[in-house]
Amino acid sequence: MMLEIKNVNKTFFPGTINEKVALSDLNLSIEDGEFVTVIGGNGAGKSTMLNIIAGSLMVDSGQIIIDGKDVTRWPEYRRAAVLGRVFQDPMMGTAPTMQIDENLAIAARRGEVRGLRWGIDREERERYRELLKEFELGLEDRLSAKVGLLSGGQRQALTLLMATLKKPKLLLLDEHTAALDPKTAQKVLDITDKIIEKSGLTTFMVTHNMKDAINHGNRLLMLNDGKIILDIKGEEKKKLTVEKLLNRFEKASGESFDDDATILG
Amino acid sequence: MNFLNSLMNALPGAVAQGMLWGIMAIGLYISFRIINVSDLTVDGSLATGGATCVMLIRAGVNVWLAVLIAALAGILTGLVTGLLHTRCGIPAILSGILTQLALYSINLRIMDSKANQPVSVDKYALVVSQRYSREMSLNNPLIVLTIITVLLIAILYWFFGTEKGSSIRATGANMNMARAQGINTESNINLSLLISNGLVAFSGALLAQFQGAADVSMGRGAIVIGLAAIIIGEVLFSKIFINFALKLFSVVIGSIIYYIVLQMILLMGLNTNDLKLFSALIVAIFLTVPYLREKYLGRPAAVKEEE
Repeated sequence: MMLEIKNVNKTFFPGTINEKVALSDLNLSIEDGEFVTVIGGNGAGKSTMLNIIAGSLMVDSGQIIIDGKDVTRWPEYRRAAVLGRVFQDPMMGTAPTMQIDENLAIAARRGEVRGLRWGIDREERERYRELLKEFELGLEDRLSAKVGLLSGGQRQALTLLMATLKKPKLLLLDEHTAALDPKTAQKVLDITDKIIEKSGLTTFMVTHNMKDAINHGNRLLMLNDGKIILDIKGEEKKKLTVEKLLNRFEKASGESFDDDATILG
Repeated sequence: MNFLNSLMNALPGAVAQGMLWGIMAIGLYISFRIINVSDLTVDGSLATGGATCVMLIRAGVNVWLAVLIAALAGILTGLVTGLLHTRCGIPAILSGILTQLALYSINLRIMDSKANQPVSVDKYALVVSQRYSREMSLNNPLIVLTIITVLLIAILYWFFGTEKGSSIRATGANMNMARAQGINTESNINLSLLISNGLVAFSGALLAQFQGAADVSMGRGAIVIGLAAIIIGEVLFSKIFINFALKLFSVVIGSIIYYIVLQMILLMGLNTNDLKLFSALIVAIFLTVPYLREKYLGRPAAVKEEE
């Protein structure tokens, strides 16, 4: 089991008028090599679920176990040793005032002790050049350009590479194409698929787009009100369509899905 | 002609002062620019450096050892601010103000409850002294300060190029990215505050020797002078100095320019009591101009989007 979430609860602003139960008695196991897509309406708890795995948010109760290790009380930076992350906001995953190669060199040392050796060497620069070439974004010729000069799509592609440069036990993607235009989003998704396939990464991809959730991955979770209401895998996942998914949602939740943006995506 | 003569006479002293405060400004650059924390400890830690150094020299300790211990004292003050900020959750600015206030009492204790403690160049072999500013000898503070500054910048250039140093730069550039890459941002902020205040106290130790005394209020307004140096350096050189070492040099040059301008204004008859007002004005103007230029002339910020 690569990831286990056991009886996790998370409530925002408890005891106030704004009290919001984000996750309610959540249980989930993800196996090695699974590519899980997570979908749900606004406020369903998708991002909260991802943030409690990454350690950006601490759980109120319950356990988070990554590859057999209980990380429930670990701070975010310590969990990062085994996690790769790409955020929704393209500004969040990279250091804009540092060079492309410097960003990659920092990512290549994730989980290692950072000492007084020089921060980057010639061979790794060559390696980054080769890896970036595969993206076909022209980044391989701009290794010493500041990341702040890149477009949103280029940054997300770079962040993806940074997240996977050192193979993570779990790759966390938080609506990482939501802020991009449709064409760029598709390109970043293609790169995502390629990387995941190449390294056989266990992946957890939150998306607001139903088609993306259906077309990618080999397991699909649907969240509603902080609970997993649908968990579809195997052959059924392969044959899934938007209509079937909406049907199952209505049966499971007793209400109709009313988030047009998610359906039409 | 008279003005020019006086200026030429005053110039070496002004340049030396600029270099001394330049070291302080480099310390400030680390907190203010590299990790993006406005650390107000420096007004106190500068005096801590001066006080510690002078009292040790008066007690017969070797001058260089005294300077070293003064820098360590500064590192301690940075630790206090860092812990208040990262462990006690107090906002950075307030943490610095608290430490600075506490240091006023502590500095008086260090100086035997006196507001001023002299250290004479006649009695002790000081590292730098104002007296030799215009002398053509190895005693000239400009030579010593140049060597110290170059060494210091070389060490900092090396350090911020290492894995640890890169992780500190990443912490300042984007804390989310740093944490997602497994960097302990809190400990990096602490470390930076230690280095920063160590440098500030180091410059305080040299400054006290230069002017022949430690004064409990010698650090008042230090942050403003340091910011002035950083900003003048950036306004004048940011286009040509891209390299990190050159950026640090531009801070020192900014500080020297600040003191030369100050000297000129004093020679034109400005009352020394108005100096602080003048310093605050310079910084306010230099901070305002880039902001207004961007706002009204629509000049894009340094970073632009492209596809």
